[in-house]
Amino acid sequence: MLDALTVAIGVTALALAAWCGLAAWRDQPTKDWHFIGMAVVTVLVLAQLVVGLVKLAQGGKPDEGTVIFVAYLVGAFAAVPAAGLLSLTERTKWGSLTVAAGAVVLAVLEVRLYDIWGTPGA
Amino acid sequence: MDDAAGAAPARERLVSGPGLLLVWVYGVITVGAVSRSAYQISTEFDRAPLPYALSGIAALVYAFITYSLVRGGETARKAARICCAAELTGVLTVGTWTLVRPEAFPDATVWSDFGMGYLFIPVILPITGMLWLRTKR
Repeated sequence: MLDALTVAIGVTALALAAWCGLAAWRDQPTKDWHFIGMAVVTVLVLAQLVVGLVKLAQGGKPDEGTVIFVAYLVGAFAAVPAAGLLSLTERTKWGSLTVAAGAVVLAVLEVRLYDIWGTPGA
Repeated sequence: MDDAAGAAPARERLVSGPGLLLVWVYGVITVGAVSRSAYQISTEFDRAPLPYALSGIAALVYAFITYSLVRGGETARKAARICCAAELTGVLTVGTWTLVRPEAFPDATVWSDFGMGYLFIPVILPITGMLWLRTKR
């Protein structure tokens, strides 16, 4: 469940990055549709945060430690909304590029989260 | 650069156009560096005192640059430029140090091998930062 979410978020984050990157390429600011895309990604990350915390509560042990795991979960949750808010203050292509960068950061965090949680039963 | 920033506040804004992207990347790296070094220094400092201390210093420099960029204005611009230069010096020094004397570094710092573990962002960022701050003159 957690791994599936991690992979799904990684893929959607990269898609969001490409989409906002395209907007920047076309010299456009972020628009309503981009914010809906960010909301979708954020809902997935929120689900991951909840599932991760539930797994911890059930006695799950991340490979690289609980503190690091929770820190990355929270960081992943914050990345895209923070970039989205920044893009509201900068209504140019640079706002779009910032959201794209935020989505890339999220994808990297997901790769790390995958390692931090580790293989089940290992 | 197409800089369509509206309302002009009292201080000159440094966070507009490309500056927004810059401050975002600095913000992300600050959060990463501060939390990482806080964790390492508080839990396992004895294992690798030198790398963790250097990571802590790097984190402070990043935090200060981010703060200066967000604050804006002439003083902040100058301070940020000096810190970018310090950052670049740090990356180059620590990068060379880790290559010449790897035994002094039982664990990696943010600046090890010129920031290779972080896609060389630590060495690219200060250069971009200084170029940006120069155009805002």
